[in-house]
Parts: sequence; C-alpha cells; structure tokens
Amino acid sequence: MAHFDPNARPFSKKWLNERLAVETLERVLSTEYWIPKNINFLWAMGMVLAATFGLLVISGIFLLMYYIPDTQKAFDSVNYTIMSQVGYGWLWRHIHGVAASVVFLIIYIHMFTGIYYGSYKKGREMIWISGMLLFVTFSGEAFAGYVLPWGQMSYWAGMVITNLFEGFSADFMGGALNFPGLVEWIRGDYVPGQAFIGRFFMLHVFLMPLVIIALIVLHFGALRIPHVNNQDGEEIDFEAEAEKWKAGHRKESKVIPFKPVFLSKDVFVLGIYFLFFFYLVFYHFEFAMDPVNFDPADGLKTPPHIYPEWYFLWSYEVLRAFSKNPGLVWFGFAQVIFFLLPFLDRSPNVAPASRRGPFKIWFWLLLIDMIGLTILGKLPPVGIFTPIGTTFAYIFIALWFALPFITKMEKPVGGK
Amino acid sequence: MSNRRDFMGMALGAFTGLGALGALYAAKKTWEPLPSVKAAGKAVIDLSGAKEDVLNTEVWRGKPIFVMKVSKKNPAYKDNRLVKVGNDKFFIAIGLCTHLGCIPTYFPDKGKFICPCHGGQFDAAGRVLKAPPPKPLVIPPFNVKGTKIVLGEEGEEYKKMKAAKLV
Repeated sequence: MAHFDPNARPFSKKWLNERLAVETLERVLSTEYWIPKNINFLWAMGMVLAATFGLLVISGIFLLMYYIPDTQKAFDSVNYTIMSQVGYGWLWRHIHGVAASVVFLIIYIHMFTGIYYGSYKKGREMIWISGMLLFVTFSGEAFAGYVLPWGQMSYWAGMVITNLFEGFSADFMGGALNFPGLVEWIRGDYVPGQAFIGRFFMLHVFLMPLVIIALIVLHFGALRIPHVNNQDGEEIDFEAEAEKWKAGHRKESKVIPFKPVFLSKDVFVLGIYFLFFFYLVFYHFEFAMDPVNFDPADGLKTPPHIYPEWYFLWSYEVLRAFSKNPGLVWFGFAQVIFFLLPFLDRSPNVAPASRRGPFKIWFWLLLIDMIGLTILGKLPPVGIFTPIGTTFAYIFIALWFALPFITKMEKPVGGK
Repeated sequence: MSNRRDFMGMALGAFTGLGALGALYAAKKTWEPLPSVKAAGKAVIDLSGAKEDVLNTEVWRGKPIFVMKVSKKNPAYKDNRLVKVGNDKFFIAIGLCTHLGCIPTYFPDKGKFICPCHGGQFDAAGRVLKAPPPKPLVIPPFNVKGTKIVLGEEGEEYKKMKAAKLV
C-alpha cells in the first residue's frame, strides 16, 4: 500500500504528488529532459508545428459550430454564414486555411533539417518513422478538409484523388489490380456526393485528428530515449552532462534542461513565427484560398486547369509525368520512399550533410529537384513543361536509387 | 491447469474475433452506396433532335455523358465504337477521363477532346490520342429503343460491343 500522509492539505503539492506524482512527471518530461547546447533555430520547428496544430484545432472548433456537411448547404455555410454572418467567422477561417498551408511549409523544413543533420540514424529511426506517419496523416487530414467547402476544387480534388484507388488499368495482369468497386465504396456513390461529404467530414473533424494526436505523443515519446540530435552529430553522454548541469557547472555542461532554458528559446522563435503567421492571416490569406474554389461544386464542369495545393505538387508532378500504370507506381514510390531513409542511408556517419562528401550534393539535388517538381506541378501540362517535368521526376527516382551506393562509399567523418 | 487457461484464452479470442469480424462487416456495409443512390441508376435520352457533330452532355449517375451525332465527313465516322441508332451513328461515352476522372473538353475545330488535368487526348470516337489515359472513354451500358436510348440497361448491341471489348 502506497503511503498517504493523512495531514497533507487537499490539492497541495504533497497531496498531488502522493496521488499523481506530478513532480516526478514534470522532472521526467521537462525540467530534466536534456537538450544539447549546440543547436540552432531549426530545432524549434517541432514546437512551431505543435503550436500550429493547436491553432488548427482551436480555429476548427469555431468553424465546426456553423459548418453544415450537406451538398446543398456546405458551400453557403462556409462562404456566406461563416464569412459574412458569424462575428469574426472570417478570422477562424483564415487562420484555419493559412495554418493548413503553413503547417506543411514547416513540416518540410523540419524534415529537411532532419535529413541534413542525419537525425534519422543510430537509435533515432523511430523518431523519423513516427514523423513520416504524421506527414501522411496530415496529408489525409488536409485533403479531407479541402473537400468540405464543396467548391469546384473541392469536388474535383475529391474525384481525382478517390479515382487513384481504382488501381492499375483493367488490361494489366488481367485486371487483378483493378478495383473499380473500391472507388464507389469509398465515395458511397458513383460520384462524390452526400455520402462522400458526410464521411470526409467525420474523418476530418474526428478520426484523423485523434490519430494525429496519438502520433504526436508517439513522436515525442520516440525522442525521449535517443534525445534530440545536434548540429555536429556529436554523440553526447546525456547522463554525465546532466550531472554537470545539476552540480552547478552549467558552462561546462553540453546540455540544457528543456524547461525553462530550451523552452525560453523556443518561445522566442515562436514569437517571430507568429508575427509571420498572423501577417499572412490578416494581409495575405488569399494565397491559401484558391479562387476556383469560390465557385460551387459542379459535377458537369471540370475547371480548365486543376492542381492540388502547393504542398502536394511535387508528388502530383511525379504522377503526371507517366502514363497511368507507371504513374501510379512512381506516385506510390514517392509517398513511401521517405519512410525508408534510415535504411537506405548506409553510412554510419551522423553529421551535417556539408561534412559528408557526396551526400552533400545528394541533399541539395533532392531539395532543388523537389522545388522544381513543385513549380512544374503548378504549370499546365503543355509544350516544353511536359518533358522538363518528366526529367525532374526521373531525377527524383534516380536520387533515391543512388542513395545506398553513395552512402556506402562515404568515408567516416573524423573527430566526433 | 495450463490447458484450462489455454482453452479459456482461445474461447475468449474466438468470441472476440467473431465480434470484430461482424463489426468490420457492418462497417463495410455502412460505407456502401445507399439503395436510393443505386435506384437512380437509369436515364433515358431522346436522340431525335441531335445535330451533327455537336456535343451534348447528359447526366447519368451524376456523371456527364457525352452524346454526339457523328457526320460522314468526321474521320471517326467508320469507328466501330459508334452506336447505330436508326440511320445515324452516335458517339456515346461517360465524359470522364479514364486516367483520373476529369471531364475532357471538346474542341470542335480539332475534332478531339483534351483533358484539362493531365493533358490526355481522345478522338471523336473516344479513342486515346495521347497518354496518360490508359483506355478509351468508357461506353456506359445502353439499350437502343427507337430513337431513344436507355442508359444503365444492357441491350443487344451493347452486349455485342462488350463481347468485342469495345466498351
């Protein structure tokens, strides 16, 4: 039987410690959760993402009170009721729309920071994999949300993306990988309609946020044992360094506690980020609001040029570069290949890309190629753009096939 | 003792498994199209007033249906994917690109369809002129009745075309 002090005042620290171990929790999760000193502002992106997710949840709660998941009413409930009737409804919508777009910008920065510094290796594989799972669920969440205002882009995005589940064409392998029934099952109709909007509403406001929250917990948990990487890829003895800090040798110690030291730096970066974020919300929200989506959904009229939101453009361009079957294969490849990064990188070096020889070139080529694919994905599929897009798609694929060979030949990085 | 425990474990597992399967089946059925959606699956189109080489778009199961009376001077006139109604030949197809389902736009001067999404092209009989679409525009199940055509019913001519893999 645990010991309970009968004289402890209810809800006092002692009383709570005996029942909930609040001080132990605080120590394990924050005041004795150690962060290396040799990091830079890019290490604050995790907290920036958590804060942006918080903004999405809060603004979403207010939108949820007036949004109507109905093919006849959804468009007006957003564009008339929320935008012009509900007090400050426009604010929630613009926060929600801008945050949904900016969250992907930060995710990409966060991902490429991890790739650059080798933060997916040597015990940090689960951090990378749980992060990639978050990227995939965020993508699903963004797609489901995009459908809800039931504008032209909503409808046609719903049409095109659900059609991907038809699989390979019927003449391939005798149609063994062709599932036309699956598309109708996902939609609950022959085309996106009432059943479709209802189920994507449920997914967007409940099931996927639930999964995202669970994955965020896993992602944070995955960090606790290997600890966060640092900008030299140095292997730090966290226990020894923590002892130094606790003994008062703060200058000599290579680590700082998450709370309050690292958190104060995080909050500073958050402050700058929010200036940028709310500048967008108040003055440049239109970049997250496609004008085509201000036309109500019409199943008999495809907009003259359709494209996904900017954060899906690179993988969309890979899909578009090929005919149906290979397009599907390479699109699938692009979706999952990042998961395999910790296993495709054969080098034991944990170091910034700048010190890793050929990997440095690989890193910058990948980044430039993906920016190129993003730009080409927005352009109409005509003339010279088609062959350039195809070339960029081939480069993307080739880079991933080259990675194990490049990293296998990599020389050990000296020093730490 | 351990046998008894194993038995209880297996019995519990079996019942839980059955319950899970039942729940999955119910969930699968819940996501299927409603009977009202399936019932609205037929449409009748009157072709008597059609003008040559002018594209009409009808609706069937919420999908656009391309209907065009093809003139003798149209290069697609001899294509066996056209449907004969009386003395005229009609191009009838679901107006959704077979790549990912966008509606191709018809350009009468070029006599072809171009998809706005990924640049696929089709001729006036729905055959692919340019990838990515993997197959011609789909011909929906039809039944010719005089000058009318019923969509969602498999008539004689449709069955013949289906057997010849033209649909």
